[in-house]
Amino acid sequence: MHSTFFKTVLLAAAVSVPFGVPHADAQTSDSGPLPDVIEFNRDIRPILSENCYFCHGPDKNKREADLRLDTKDGLHGTDAHHGALVAGKPDDSELFQRIMSTEDDKKMPPASSGKVLGERDVQLLKKWIEQGGQFEGHWAFLPVRSPARSGDSVSATIDQLVHQSLTEHKLPASVEADRITLLRRLSFDLIGLPPTEIEVAAFLADKAPDAVEKQVDRLLQSPHFGERLAMWWLDLVRYADTVGYHGDQPMSVSPFRQYVIESFNANKPFDQFTVEQLAGDLLLEPTQEQRIASGYNRLGMMSAEGGVQDKEYLAKYIAERVRNASGTWLGITLGCAECHDHKFDPLTAKDFYRFQAFFADIKERGLYSGADDGNWGSFIKVPTAPQTAQLVSFDEQIAATKKVLETETAELIAAQADWEKSQIPWTPLAPDSMVSLGGAKLSPRADGAILVTENNGATDTYTLTLTKLPAAVTAFRLEVLPDDSLPNKGPGRAGNGNFVLSELIIKIKQSEQEAATVPLQNATATYEQTGAADGNPYGKWSVEAAIDGDAKGAKWGWAIMEQAGRPNYAVFETAADLTLPEGTTLTITMTQNLDNPGHNVGCFRFSVATEPRPIKASDSPPANLLAILATPADQRNEAQKTELAAYYRTVAPLLNPIREQLAALEKQRNDLNASIPSTLVTEAVAPRMVRILKRGNWMDDTGEVVTPAFPSALAAEPPADKVLNRLDLAKWIVSPENPLTSRVIMNRLWKMYFGAGLSRKLDDLGAQGEWPSHPELLDFLADDLRTHDWDLKRTIKSIVLSQTYRQSSLVSPDVREVDPYNRWLAHQGRFRLDAELVRDNALAVSGLLVKSIGGKSVNPYQPAGYWAYLNFPTREWQNSTGESLYRRGLYTHWQRQYLHPSLLAFDAPSREECTADRPRSNTPLQSLVLLNDPSYVEAARAFAEMILRQEGSTRDRLNFAFQRAVSRPIQDDEAAVLEELLNNHIAEYIASAAAAVELLKVGEKPAAGDLPTPEMAAWTSVARTILNLHETITRN
Amino acid sequence: MFSLPPQIARRSFLRNSGVSLGSMALSSMLNQQYGLAKDATQQDVPHWNGVVNPPHFEPKAKRIIWLYMAGGMTHIDTFDNKPKLAELHGKPMPESVTKGQQIAQLQGAQLNCFGPQHAFKQYGQSGQSISEIWPMLGEKCADDMCIVRSLHTDAINHDPAHTFMNTGTMIAGRPAMGSWLLYGLGAESQSLPGFVVMVSTGNYGQRQPIAARQWHSGFLPGQFQGVEFRGTGDPVLYVGNPKGVNSKQQRDVVDAVQRLNGLANTRYDDPEIATRISQYELAFRMQSSVPELMDVSNEPQHIFDLYGSKGGDGSFASNCLLARRLAERGTRFIQLYHRDWDHHGAVKEHSAGTAKEVDQGVAALITDLKQRDMLKDTIIVFGSEFGRTPMAQGNGRDHHLAGFTMWFAGGGFKPGMSYGNTDEFGYHAVENRVSVHDVHATLLHQMGIDHSRFTYKFQGLDSKLTGVEEANVVKDLLV
Repeated sequence: MHSTFFKTVLLAAAVSVPFGVPHADAQTSDSGPLPDVIEFNRDIRPILSENCYFCHGPDKNKREADLRLDTKDGLHGTDAHHGALVAGKPDDSELFQRIMSTEDDKKMPPASSGKVLGERDVQLLKKWIEQGGQFEGHWAFLPVRSPARSGDSVSATIDQLVHQSLTEHKLPASVEADRITLLRRLSFDLIGLPPTEIEVAAFLADKAPDAVEKQVDRLLQSPHFGERLAMWWLDLVRYADTVGYHGDQPMSVSPFRQYVIESFNANKPFDQFTVEQLAGDLLLEPTQEQRIASGYNRLGMMSAEGGVQDKEYLAKYIAERVRNASGTWLGITLGCAECHDHKFDPLTAKDFYRFQAFFADIKERGLYSGADDGNWGSFIKVPTAPQTAQLVSFDEQIAATKKVLETETAELIAAQADWEKSQIPWTPLAPDSMVSLGGAKLSPRADGAILVTENNGATDTYTLTLTKLPAAVTAFRLEVLPDDSLPNKGPGRAGNGNFVLSELIIKIKQSEQEAATVPLQNATATYEQTGAADGNPYGKWSVEAAIDGDAKGAKWGWAIMEQAGRPNYAVFETAADLTLPEGTTLTITMTQNLDNPGHNVGCFRFSVATEPRPIKASDSPPANLLAILATPADQRNEAQKTELAAYYRTVAPLLNPIREQLAALEKQRNDLNASIPSTLVTEAVAPRMVRILKRGNWMDDTGEVVTPAFPSALAAEPPADKVLNRLDLAKWIVSPENPLTSRVIMNRLWKMYFGAGLSRKLDDLGAQGEWPSHPELLDFLADDLRTHDWDLKRTIKSIVLSQTYRQSSLVSPDVREVDPYNRWLAHQGRFRLDAELVRDNALAVSGLLVKSIGGKSVNPYQPAGYWAYLNFPTREWQNSTGESLYRRGLYTHWQRQYLHPSLLAFDAPSREECTADRPRSNTPLQSLVLLNDPSYVEAARAFAEMILRQEGSTRDRLNFAFQRAVSRPIQDDEAAVLEELLNNHIAEYIASAAAAVELLKVGEKPAAGDLPTPEMAAWTSVARTILNLHETITRN
Repeated sequence: MFSLPPQIARRSFLRNSGVSLGSMALSSMLNQQYGLAKDATQQDVPHWNGVVNPPHFEPKAKRIIWLYMAGGMTHIDTFDNKPKLAELHGKPMPESVTKGQQIAQLQGAQLNCFGPQHAFKQYGQSGQSISEIWPMLGEKCADDMCIVRSLHTDAINHDPAHTFMNTGTMIAGRPAMGSWLLYGLGAESQSLPGFVVMVSTGNYGQRQPIAARQWHSGFLPGQFQGVEFRGTGDPVLYVGNPKGVNSKQQRDVVDAVQRLNGLANTRYDDPEIATRISQYELAFRMQSSVPELMDVSNEPQHIFDLYGSKGGDGSFASNCLLARRLAERGTRFIQLYHRDWDHHGAVKEHSAGTAKEVDQGVAALITDLKQRDMLKDTIIVFGSEFGRTPMAQGNGRDHHLAGFTMWFAGGGFKPGMSYGNTDEFGYHAVENRVSVHDVHATLLHQMGIDHSRFTYKFQGLDSKLTGVEEANVVKDLLV
């Protein structure tokens, strides 16, 4: 007895996979007698693909002996070529001879391949040749068969087809699941939330024959239905809130998520849903919704890393689009043909690049330099209707107020004349020499300002030497000026026109004396950057940091990001009056050492004043007006007069009240505008040229130029006179000619409702994919979906009303012995909830869940310092407050490089690439999350409070808790465990009141003031236990 | 009504979870406490013993400690002396060298030679040529090091270059090497993660981001993911008890969970329940084993002196000490990032500064492993995602992919050896070129794994750490 037992176990261990992970590669036909009739696609193709196609398959460059085993001609021969087999005669067939050969140089597959044919494989091949060696094209590439089944409902047809294969395998179907299990299953599968104890009671009481259907209809109409399907879809289209590469900065795309949710809720036909995402921008007069949908093309990763080569990243982005679109809709691995023809499927490198050419019209950049302000190319704002109306109203009021400000009056003219007389005169300085440590070139512009060109070092230090000086100085002024040669017009040299002046040091040397530093004080500026100031000890990019002797860090300094393209200046008082006799040399050193490279000043000018201190930047008009002021009033031209008068009105004390009114209006408008999300959209431009890149090398410009075309194995050549575009691609994907999409979608939906696809390789329906367990069923469902307006709710309803779906998930040992992976569907699946749903469930059970739909992403509790290794800029996660802490998991901010750790622990993907199939692991880190993450501790606290507010005995309360968390009454043995825990902890928390108070402070929600603290704490232990149960996080 | 004969439930569990017998079975304690079926063996929680079991050939090493100099260590100023480049300092780099090559931040700039910024010395019996900015490493460890000066890589920007170095491809979503090793071999430790990452940050280079992708398990199951140990807060995320809950109370909650799951296990035949029970046990153990690991107070003074750190300060040296403690406790793959090598400017001062941050820690780690007789089966890997240009970028150097240096020690690598060379400019790896995939293949080989047979099906392909292009074990490096 024991020895048999061990043998079984050891055998299983030989094909072992990680515990808790279903075996992904187990074949269904690995044992038992050979089928009576061998089918090429079911029985033979998997063997040939796995063992032979690497050298005898579609890739012409790797093909050996000019032999291919993936075509009829290759197998059976043509007039010109012998085939690999002789129908009916295995022993005369070279294919079989080679397999059976004992000679090393003849034996196939060769030892070097590491492949070994099993005995059963050999027998299958033999029998297949005996039966004529019939060839079939790859099943998924053949047209979807539409079985003629009149009269029966979709649900009944599902059951018939499943029943047929159960009978073939001599397996019994299971009984229908009990009602509690069924309602929990339906609720988790359709809306991703548990049923409330009230919903369960109502369902148990409903004796009507259509009681189940009523529940299904209710759930399909729930606004949470769209959320559940969106979780699935967002994995595929790699929706995330950050750009993924390098600095992993945020990008705003939340309206796209909302579009997906609303589309599923509205039951938008899947073909329309597809076209809108791939090519919404190309539709005639696209609606706002369709433009949002077109953001699909913009969800890929982007980079703002300095030193990125545009061409390389344009190649990366467009290749990723091929992987994503072919993965999401076609379920094929076209991405594998980037460097060479596909090894297993009839997909060529040319197919890859022709597919790529569909996306060559998307406006984009390779390097999104300086994009830390959120500028990632084409976007639209997405206001609601009331928000739009409010914006218009603000704009009207602002225009009216401005008009008042712009009206000249005699009073104002007189006041301006007085004001002009009070201005401080500044004398520009002309350096004798200028040196850059970073290899830049500093040269005077026509107007005397200094322009910086050539190498823009990661950091740089400019040193100016001056001997032509005025006799005395009380303050220095540094103007930073725009110039057309600079990025974003400057004044800095960073991609966004910004700079950071880390330190300004002025030294004076008089004849023979040592050079001495001139103490500077009271630095002021016309503008100091407030954006991206997280971690800046000054709270902004203060000019004070430029004369602080780097006391708070060497990199901090003066910057003006929001004012890029405009002139500004800073004023530095000398601590004492400076006298500069003949022979004095001044040395001005400008240090720029921000760790974000290239933030050097691009155009600037120094001047000095001799007026008595204090001298502040705010006392003088902006830099662009200084030249006008220096011109005598009667010599100014009209434009100068207008400009100066316009400026004066912005500072005239007379107009203060109007200006305040305007400022208030503008602030309100800006606040409103900032609260309106923007979203990245696709904008089409003239298509870039696309070449076949040899071996995928983006630097190789010798490949053939290609135009858009569908994969040649799946569609006819496009007519020579028609240039296809993205819209054509989208329409072809959902056309009857394409055999893949409807199969791919149905196969993936099947996984959602049973735990595994009909073909378990959700990401590959090609030759290396898996022959479906129920090919006829998959085709029936695919055909049904397509011929019924791609109506997802109809299809889903049909599936979940089938008897197959409604079966119990309990398995008898006999059935498990025969069909351990439940390929024949003799019972339902049991599996852990997906990452987002694990927390959604805890929030729902505890009553904390905030059920609002859509909106911007939110930040639930995350351990401090988790983002320590992000940079450009450095960031610290800010927990949301209030309702945003309790939103569903699909709204959690999706940081590609550092996904929220509790989502990550439960296998949520980073969404850097298309994810068709999330694994379901079972790890100790998951246990730590459920035990210790404050989200779960807080949920337990809230749950405890809810339980304590129930009337009745402890047992009644425990029963309530179980009803709420797992929808069923508690059993005696279970209650005993929890009562023991409760009583122990009540005693302990009475003895240690402070600990109880601490526990009840976890999370933002205030603890109830009217309930006894020790009981609340002890019940929190009970609630934590219940929220940690396997049953609580499992869908049965 | 749901109960099954325990033996059958047990059998299904083992079969479905596919875990090898021996270390797999649950302890009798667990069995009794949580109502699990009794088993013949006395081993405790389930333990993953790897798919390469037995190994393809006899392993020379049991573990890897990868000291990852993030940012791109300048090879020319550290381990690859180039006298000819020094002669040409300030002169234009010949166009024949740079033509058609990838350039990062120096795109469009004048390319001038920039000679080595530090003097080199011959260290040890072997006379290894090492820059003087590594005094401790040179003096103590030169004869342990196997220096390879002919590395080349495919990526010129940090993020894809890290991804390539760790996963063998620039495309996101593939497993890191540590995950591959755990999948292949399992880990020896049952209460600590088998793949641990620590990050320190220096004071000289730009602080380039490091993405968690670099230790992600990609398409491999989640339990093979690298676990980050942190310098501040909980050393492992969520390893600390909630506030107001003491260890005894936490144990009570875990026990209650276990007992209720155990009751469920007797009612339903679901192998996942038994797995869940064992994961809670492991999690609870980690709650004490991780703090025990991090608490270095029982280390003797001479160890603190050796590392130049008292530990607990998040420095590279402190992480080196923790790496040794992890190695002792059976962690399979330990990766220490030091985020300080991106020297676009002032490469002379900055490379000296960063080397000083690293020098004592790495020398101490090698010395310490040696004195414990652990260097023989521990591989030390030292290197960056790429090197830096022999051309000036101001007074710094830009990213460089065509030639750079890595070195190895212990675990069956030849000690006191130099291998491969770049050209006289330090630009191209020209002699005995070694690719990143070759490094992976060689490391796997030392761990007992044939890289070409070590695959996992992903998107239809037998995916390998070493990719689809040819990769070779560099036998010349091995004892």
